[in-house]
Amino acid sequence: MKIGVRCKPHDSIAMQLRLEQVSRQEGAEVHLYPFNLLLEPGSLTVLLGATQAGKTSMLRVLAGLDVPSKGSIWVDGRDVTGMAVRLRDVAMVYQQFINYPSMTVAQNIASPLKLSGRLEATAIDRRVREIAQRLQIEPFLNRLPAALSGGQQQRVALARALAKSASLMLLDEPLVNLDYKLREELRDEFATLFSGGGSTVVYATTEPAEALLLGGYTAVIDAGELLQYGPTADVFHQPKSIRVARAFSDPPINLIPAEALTDGVGLGRDYVLNLRIPLDRLPAGGRGLMLGIRAGALDLLAQPLKSGVLAVPAKVALAEVSGSDTYIHLETPLGNLVVQRTGVHPFDLGDSVTVGIDPAEVYLFDAHGDLVFAPERAARRAALTRRTH
Amino acid sequence: MARIQLDIAHSYRANPQQEADYALLPLRQTFEDGGAYALLGPSGCGKTTMLNIISGLVNPSQGTVRFDERDVTQLAPQQRNIAQVFQFPVVYDTMTVAQNLAFPLRNRGMNEAGVRARVSVIAEMLDLSGQLDQRAAGLSADQKQKISLGRGLVREDVGAVLFDEPLTVIDPHLKWQLRRKLKEIHRELRLTLIYVTHDQVEALTFADSVLVMARGRVVQSGSPSDLFERPAHRFVGHFIGSPGMNFVPIQLLKSTSGARVQGGAAVATIVPSQTMTLGIRPEYLRLGPIDEPGVLRARISRIQDLGSSWLLSARVDSQPAGGEECLLRVRLERSSAVPAEDEVVGLRILGPHTCFYDAQDQRIAPDQEGAARC
Repeated sequence: MKIGVRCKPHDSIAMQLRLEQVSRQEGAEVHLYPFNLLLEPGSLTVLLGATQAGKTSMLRVLAGLDVPSKGSIWVDGRDVTGMAVRLRDVAMVYQQFINYPSMTVAQNIASPLKLSGRLEATAIDRRVREIAQRLQIEPFLNRLPAALSGGQQQRVALARALAKSASLMLLDEPLVNLDYKLREELRDEFATLFSGGGSTVVYATTEPAEALLLGGYTAVIDAGELLQYGPTADVFHQPKSIRVARAFSDPPINLIPAEALTDGVGLGRDYVLNLRIPLDRLPAGGRGLMLGIRAGALDLLAQPLKSGVLAVPAKVALAEVSGSDTYIHLETPLGNLVVQRTGVHPFDLGDSVTVGIDPAEVYLFDAHGDLVFAPERAARRAALTRRTH
Repeated sequence: MARIQLDIAHSYRANPQQEADYALLPLRQTFEDGGAYALLGPSGCGKTTMLNIISGLVNPSQGTVRFDERDVTQLAPQQRNIAQVFQFPVVYDTMTVAQNLAFPLRNRGMNEAGVRARVSVIAEMLDLSGQLDQRAAGLSADQKQKISLGRGLVREDVGAVLFDEPLTVIDPHLKWQLRRKLKEIHRELRLTLIYVTHDQVEALTFADSVLVMARGRVVQSGSPSDLFERPAHRFVGHFIGSPGMNFVPIQLLKSTSGARVQGGAAVATIVPSQTMTLGIRPEYLRLGPIDEPGVLRARISRIQDLGSSWLLSARVDSQPAGGEECLLRVRLERSSAVPAEDEVVGLRILGPHTCFYDAQDQRIAPDQEGAARC
């Protein structure tokens, strides 16, 4: 009983994957706390979390490389918990590009097709060329992997996974070892490659920006716990908790201890943000709150002030320049804050600036770290993107 | 401290015949005394070769290296009075942090009072004061690399401090703090610092002047703002920024002695028959009505919500004959109105931030032969 045999290998049918109360532990060590997850056929899911968060453990369970300690895994309505990985129709791409060193690029790409024995030599040839062309490695088909650059080698590994046209494709930080221009290029290609819907795709990354660029769905994972799952833009704009907001912000989300007052939200000893929130909605009378505002939503103020924006004096600790953005690290009476500005802006260490906190951009979390208030516009915009897709 | 002048070329081959045989094509480059420089480029661009020629690890196959006016081309690294920090920590595990930091000073025969004073200054700057008496062996890779940085910076009498990707082993969350430390230290000590990296954040954050390198050449040397605002070469426009600059091939419709492309503040007078490319960054590309004069019609093919901004991909609708398909990126502020997918929009490609490039991919400088202004 092989999943996916009903289709020709070059037009696979994406699988629906359902995980029910799946957990995994080894001895006393918990790798994954119980979670449920439903991946629709042809969907792209980004698994977002820091190093050691449990992304690879989850991928291994999805692949069938590891058996869950508890819970069950269903493919297209069939229980496959415990089924051997070779019986599943899965392709996996790892961080370290793995190619057969003694085979040419063409032989590498063809190897899963030959193993399956489902295609004739001429058909395999055609398929290899087609994929090589898509990944722009056609000129190197007769070379050995060692003669290629790192980026080209990773493309070969990717081409091999695509050649298999598995109904489930798992990628574990596939770009992490490449330089950033190559990552940019391959990421763009991914978006096109995955949009075909031939495979259900799960893509693990530590980078929030990568999740946003890939779109689709995002599952945020931290310390072995699946914290939130949903359309990527929704998870970004409506994080359920501080932990999700932290995992899904780079630079880190600015967090400021806050307190609900009758005339707004108190920050530090001296500042009140003009944000009216119904106190009865808040537990513990609105004490012990945490205000969150992302770096891109903070602004350095020029006169005059937009009404309602809270101005806080600050000193520049460092301006980091990424090439498209400048991240300005600030020391303020409310603690250290980071502001993101589009473009390249020189600052000297110690420059005095004013940072503006716009009430329309802030999140509030309660003493447990759960979201109690999110900016309205963000939610509206998230809805808009979904429509346009 | 020293002003470093290179007038060199280097090939790892015995008889270089063509350009591709050179790791560094003939170049002249001056590093001013007290400056903070970064050598930035993809692997194989020649940046490490240049650093190794400055340090003396590699002898250039032709030309001279001068520290101030002194010719040091034939001198070994230890005779050049430089300090180096490498990708991975170089520390003595059996020594304490203080002994490690003091090592380069004692080696030069500095008196103990001087050693103590200097070690405490550097330890303070790098937040190592609390660990001076600990053995290096028990420390994390981050901490060890901080010691390496300290050892590189501890001598005041060095001609230059050379860094080769020094933050590779540092945890991403700590990187910005060390970048800040390096900047603070540069401001206080005014040493000549030369920093090799393939990471644009590292280069643009650290250096006052960045040398962007590609295929054995310095394609542009300038401040981070220069590289962003006025890339001197298409490679720089592409390499700096993510996504990089958009390029649009442009063709002349008039065959007079000079046609003008005009819009906003940009005016270009183009010599007929010259192949030209227009460059504009996604951050500066704006949408306008499709019937506005001077806009480029394009169809929105993708919309990405980047959280703090929107990234649109737009395919140019009507291509000039023989032109290849042209995809442009537009980055809009988070509060902007966003068109729908498949919508046809006008792209305002001409503005104060538009640049023009010649057939050799070089930027056509403002007012050069009255050619272009951008």
